[in-house]
Amino acid sequence: MTRLEDSQWQGDLEQIKGLVTERALRGETMVLNMGPQHPSTHGVLRLLLELDGEEIVSCAPDIGYLHTGIEKNMEAKRYEQAITMTDRTDYLNNMGNNLVFCLAMEKLFDLDVPPRAQYLRVLLAELQRINSHLVWLGTHALDLGALSMMLYCFRERERILDIFEMLSGQRMMTTYIRPGGVWRDTVPEFEPAVRDFLSYFPARIDEYERILTENPLWRDRTQGIGFISAEDAIRYGCSGPTLRGSGVNWDIRKAIPYSSYEDFEFDVPLGQHGDVYDRYMVRIEEMRQSVRIIQQAIDRLPDGPFRSNNRKYVPPPRSVLGHSMEAVIHHFKLWTEGFRPPKGEVYVRVESPRGELGCYLVSDGGPRPWRVHFRTPSFMHLSVLPHLTKGHLIADVVGIIGSIDIVLGDCDR
Amino acid sequence: MTILDAVKSIETALPDAFERAYEFRGDITVVVNPAHIVEVCRYCRDTDGLHFDMCSGVTAIDYYPDEPRFALVYHLYSMRHNMSLELKVYLAGDEPVVDSVTGVYPSANWFEREAYDMFGIHFNNHPDLRRILMPDDWEGHPLRKDYPLGYETVQFSFNFDEVNKHKPYAKE
Repeated sequence: MTRLEDSQWQGDLEQIKGLVTERALRGETMVLNMGPQHPSTHGVLRLLLELDGEEIVSCAPDIGYLHTGIEKNMEAKRYEQAITMTDRTDYLNNMGNNLVFCLAMEKLFDLDVPPRAQYLRVLLAELQRINSHLVWLGTHALDLGALSMMLYCFRERERILDIFEMLSGQRMMTTYIRPGGVWRDTVPEFEPAVRDFLSYFPARIDEYERILTENPLWRDRTQGIGFISAEDAIRYGCSGPTLRGSGVNWDIRKAIPYSSYEDFEFDVPLGQHGDVYDRYMVRIEEMRQSVRIIQQAIDRLPDGPFRSNNRKYVPPPRSVLGHSMEAVIHHFKLWTEGFRPPKGEVYVRVESPRGELGCYLVSDGGPRPWRVHFRTPSFMHLSVLPHLTKGHLIADVVGIIGSIDIVLGDCDR
Repeated sequence: MTILDAVKSIETALPDAFERAYEFRGDITVVVNPAHIVEVCRYCRDTDGLHFDMCSGVTAIDYYPDEPRFALVYHLYSMRHNMSLELKVYLAGDEPVVDSVTGVYPSANWFEREAYDMFGIHFNNHPDLRRILMPDDWEGHPLRKDYPLGYETVQFSFNFDEVNKHKPYAKE
């Protein structure tokens, strides 16, 4: 006997039955715990890996370490208060989370959104997409050994966060998008800051590509790894860059346009092989397309109101409270009991940086949402992880996790 | 084929399963008999002209104290025809049971686990029905309406001993 008795599984085998194959129960393969405190799991994700040598036989993700009961909390808050909770689900897509919840509310209330607010929303959602992709690129490359990418990407991300701070007073938890429009109008420094970023950023994308795209080490670590076919990707509910990396042309911004995305010209980058490298290329190209969209949005940003004038849902501006009795009544009603939307159930999906972000909102006619459910892309993509990792080496697992771009706050909610 | 034709097609092909359909703000919802949900999903996926190849998600709702108490909503999407459809089943009682659609839509797997974890809805023939977000030994199903929203007293220096007394962790 060469095997040390101490290294054997001491616990109850019943606990891991069904998660690993029969071979592990007989002791032929090794069961290894990865996470939840592991630098390359992008948060607190735990994986139960079954290994045959260095090869992955099975993988069982264990999530819920970041579950904060956001959906339950939202049921106890009024609609306007509940928006603040959405920021805290996916902490790299705050504007997008505000947007999907506000779109769901607007669909439920049948509320109009002025064109200026719609364009601003598109602009901010795309800035947020670049921000999220930058963090993804930095951490993904860091996981695979390209340490310098992290510094470059966070340098550029800081400029986006500065723009958010300029608008909303917050770098990350913005709550800037509100039902019927946005919280307040832009500040004078906003437009020059965005234009400055647009003139500065495209050259930076080329720089990232010079470091990685043709790099033989990067190609070795990413090409042919984490393959998923187009049929499987659809069957397993993949969306966003993970789906498009497999060559499926489905972008919600094109297929079911929301918030006036139909006014903008942009291409949907597609991969061919559905491996880690193609997903990388899709996201890099998406950053360029986002720059295009932001350029169009800032050039054509319409004048006019930034928030709806429907006083049943939108509070009146502070300036009219002094001379309009009606405004005072609306203000009082909205801030004491909130609004009472019609009964009904709506589902809205938007294209978040990670994929399809859906919000199912149920109203019982009261001032609080009866049920809010977020269909989050990270949740969906993590459930595909066993399929993606099967048969690959253990060193590739970190690359595959990086390539599906998970955010555990988004996953566990 | 438009979405209305799709609904009509489900109604004629599976009259036992089809209960009613309604539209709200452009979302088409088909209410389905829970005993036939797998059959309806398979029909929606495999029929030419419907071709709902993707199940975006499954949402559970608790209508407590109304009866039937629970509902499940399946968000289907057809890539080929660019249309979406919500299938809805109502489940009566406090311990509802329904067939799992994982065999038709593998993407429903984790959403059904979430519904089991958060609402206590049991799924027959599910490959791996365990809690997913809450710890394995958790009691109760948090998103049920009769499950209270807990809170913790904020701890300041003056009430430290009082708050500490009620903390659940083991004391020496």
